[in-house]
Amino acid sequence: MAEYTLSTGMEVHAELETDSKMFCRCPVEFGAEPNTRVCPVCLGMPGTLPVPNRKAIEFVLKTALALNCQIAKRSVFHRKNYFYPDLPKGYQISQFGDTNVLGHFGYLEVPTKNGGIKKINIRKVQIEEDTGKLMHLPSGGSGIDFNRAGVPLMEIVTDFPPDIETADEAKDYLVGLRQVLLYLKVCNGKMEEGSLRCEPNISIRVIGTDKYGTKTELKNLNSFRSVQHGIEYEYKRQVSLLENGESVKQETRGWDEGAEKTFPMRSKESEEDYKYFPDPDLVPMDFSDEYLEELKKTIPELPLAKYRRYQADYGLNHYDASILVAELSWSTYFDECIKMGGDPKLICNWMSSDFAKSLNETGQTFQSSLVTPKHLVELTTLIQKETISGKIGKDIFEISFKNGKMPSEIVQEKGLTQISDESVIEKYADEALKQNPELIDKYKSGQTNVIGFLVGQVMKQSKGRANPGIVQNIMKKKLDM
Amino acid sequence: MKEITDLTAAELSCKLQNKEISAIEVAESYLTNIKKNNDSLGAYLSTHPDITRKAAENAQNLLDKGLAKPLTGIPIAIKDNISTKDIKTTCASKLLENYTPVFDATVIEKIKDHGMVMLGKTNLDEFAMGISNENSAYFPAKNPWDLSRSPGGSSGGSAAAVAGNLAPLALGSDTGGSIRQPASFCGIFGFKPTYGRCSRYGLIAYGSSLDQIGPFARSVEDIALLANAISGNDHKEDTSLPQDPISYHEMKNGSLKGLKFAVPAELYDNQAFEEGVKTCFQNRLENLRKAGATIDIVHIPTIDLGVSCYYVIATAEASSNLARFDGIRFGNTLPTRHHKDQVALTRGKLFGREVKERIMIGTYVLSAESFEAYYIKAQKIRAVMVGEIDHILENYDAIISPTSPVTALKIGEQNNDPVASKLVDLSTIPCNMGGYPAISIPCGLANNLPVGMQVMTSRITDEKTLQIAYSIERELNIKVQNPTY
Ligand SMILES: [Zn+2]
Repeated sequence: MAEYTLSTGMEVHAELETDSKMFCRCPVEFGAEPNTRVCPVCLGMPGTLPVPNRKAIEFVLKTALALNCQIAKRSVFHRKNYFYPDLPKGYQISQFGDTNVLGHFGYLEVPTKNGGIKKINIRKVQIEEDTGKLMHLPSGGSGIDFNRAGVPLMEIVTDFPPDIETADEAKDYLVGLRQVLLYLKVCNGKMEEGSLRCEPNISIRVIGTDKYGTKTELKNLNSFRSVQHGIEYEYKRQVSLLENGESVKQETRGWDEGAEKTFPMRSKESEEDYKYFPDPDLVPMDFSDEYLEELKKTIPELPLAKYRRYQADYGLNHYDASILVAELSWSTYFDECIKMGGDPKLICNWMSSDFAKSLNETGQTFQSSLVTPKHLVELTTLIQKETISGKIGKDIFEISFKNGKMPSEIVQEKGLTQISDESVIEKYADEALKQNPELIDKYKSGQTNVIGFLVGQVMKQSKGRANPGIVQNIMKKKLDM
Repeated sequence: MKEITDLTAAELSCKLQNKEISAIEVAESYLTNIKKNNDSLGAYLSTHPDITRKAAENAQNLLDKGLAKPLTGIPIAIKDNISTKDIKTTCASKLLENYTPVFDATVIEKIKDHGMVMLGKTNLDEFAMGISNENSAYFPAKNPWDLSRSPGGSSGGSAAAVAGNLAPLALGSDTGGSIRQPASFCGIFGFKPTYGRCSRYGLIAYGSSLDQIGPFARSVEDIALLANAISGNDHKEDTSLPQDPISYHEMKNGSLKGLKFAVPAELYDNQAFEEGVKTCFQNRLENLRKAGATIDIVHIPTIDLGVSCYYVIATAEASSNLARFDGIRFGNTLPTRHHKDQVALTRGKLFGREVKERIMIGTYVLSAESFEAYYIKAQKIRAVMVGEIDHILENYDAIISPTSPVTALKIGEQNNDPVASKLVDLSTIPCNMGGYPAISIPCGLANNLPVGMQVMTSRITDEKTLQIAYSIERELNIKVQNPTY
């Protein structure tokens, strides 16, 4: 029996985080009352004309540059003509073709689970306007909400033949792409709200051949998980069709999250003719090399570069580096700590354990927390220098987290410095031994693990301030005497 | 003494500023004329006397307070494809029979800002598609020189209104000659500015890369005053030019002496041109030579492809521009159960024949299988033609020709031979292809019907067009005649 491999092309639509729409000055807002963020232009009233949002174009160019694309010397808007109730003008202003869209022929590299790097070629990065939204009215019938009509939308399309050959790679690509968009601050990346939409096309072919099978396109994927599961499901469905002697139909399928299944939405047997032509209302855009150079300078260090730097310069492993770069807020905070002299491994540990937990519980972010990088660096340094113990450190963190006091201040106020004075510790040790004479016999009879309990007693007596290493040494010395 | 409605806008302006007459008197004179004559002329589709009177009162206020601009208190007729807030804008189509815009076109904002007084909305070929005004879904406008003839199109109502003393000034739109050809047929002045100098915002689009709003008037000075008032950069239009409004300050400082005119042989020595038109034009060429201008016959080899190119590009753009008329958000709707049927029924029943024909041609030339062969080819020819014209304009002050090869057509005549009748736009289309400013100047009568002469200059030299037109008007002693009808 033949073995099949998967091929997946990805079409991603990202709503741009501009203040206003693509061709009018209506505000871009999610969740407003239907048809309250509209004007004659985005309603397609007769006689209205589009004026491009320069910020949106800049966002797309920035993304295209970050995705290693070539930028069109002259970029053109095209009209995509079709009738649909959510499309006010009867055409969508979009871009068309390979080399006159804003960006083309780029790539994205993403880290993979096994610590390697996967390169995915990108065909084009272009701009268009979003459509309105059809909705069923409670009173029956349908309504159209045009709040979304005209919101700037960036489309990022992977190249053919597809580089993505597993559902995991598809997810990695999407995760990596989303990170780039968030780092560039061009899209909020919220898949559940539809700000980031992914439509993979999926086909299978016999391993070792280059004849690609019939594609199906998947819609309704609103999480990474659904992307991964949807593609996996579609792969299995197509394989079983072929194994049963049936064929794959070219169609658009939806993902049913509850049933974990895809279902047919509409057949795509004949390609629709969108009658693309250059929009005569919009002047072609030219970008000078100087402008693009300036724009390049505004691109921050991207996730992959950070990921590599954290491993190479700070010796972090794949897991830690991945966690830190996953969110811009994390890596920004981390970088600030390191700049102030924090120990990378310690800072990373703190961020990903206690700190993250507290932020989660209180709904804060690293940036909004009262514990600034200065606080965290001070705290970890106090622990590193053994001024305080790790356990006390946790208590101090909690106080800092609540009231924003500097850790050193808290240590001073509460007298929480670690006790390393041997004579003081010896007193605690003697006291512990005196109260547990039977343990000395047990120790001498070979049950050396009782030392743990005795050390614990000393820590308790000293309210955790005794240096545990020194306690251990002194206790052992006394028992061995 | 001249009647108020016989005066030019400049003359009216003078009398208004001197308080010899009031803006209200002026408005009332025109309203009376409209009431008396519009039924026979069909120039206006709708008038709004209350709104007109209110605007006249406001204008008089400005005049009284000394805040008047040159055109304050001057009445104006508006082609009914230019959006007017709270006033129906129908494009002479059944589909927009009940459509009332919620905003003003930029040019309307400007004329209001100047304190001009709107008389009403004028007739046109449905969606500006036509050459005779017979494609109006309501009734055809008539030519005041001969009521059995067309005033031309598509801005026939505006031209008829100005020629028939139902307005001193009017706005039209010109996609392939829709201002200049009716001006020529009606014996008045009609000016299409450089593409991008008057905002298209609010003009219901036909062929977006060709459309331009412009004035009709009975003198070059009036044309210039109105062109100045409605032009200038508009941030609501991406294709708007950055230049200041069209200035008239240098208009009177020119002279025909020493000017170099090019006359394309293709736009004159051609069988499409009526003998009367040729004779009239030749006489004017003689006058120009006598006045000290040089005239050379030149060639624009691609020009006879212009009409074909135009019908590919304009219909392609129109098919897309008119897609928004789906009966969902505005205008009339013929409701059915299913959305797709509703769109088809609304468009099928409410668009007129010519509009549907052009939408179908446009849809065809944009379809994947014919895009290269038609649309792309037409754009290539357009580029070559514009190159040829640019080259001539580098060496000449202006290109002149008859505005139209024929005089006003009999109503009913144009439908006999649709292809031949499209040649009526032969001389006017090239200006839209390259965005050039061009004006039609009345240059005499042939068989008692007006003949027009077109003057076109380089892009963004609208001031030069007007200066040359003014020199011609003055030195050739051209007077607009008011026909009795
Ligand atoms: Zn809007």
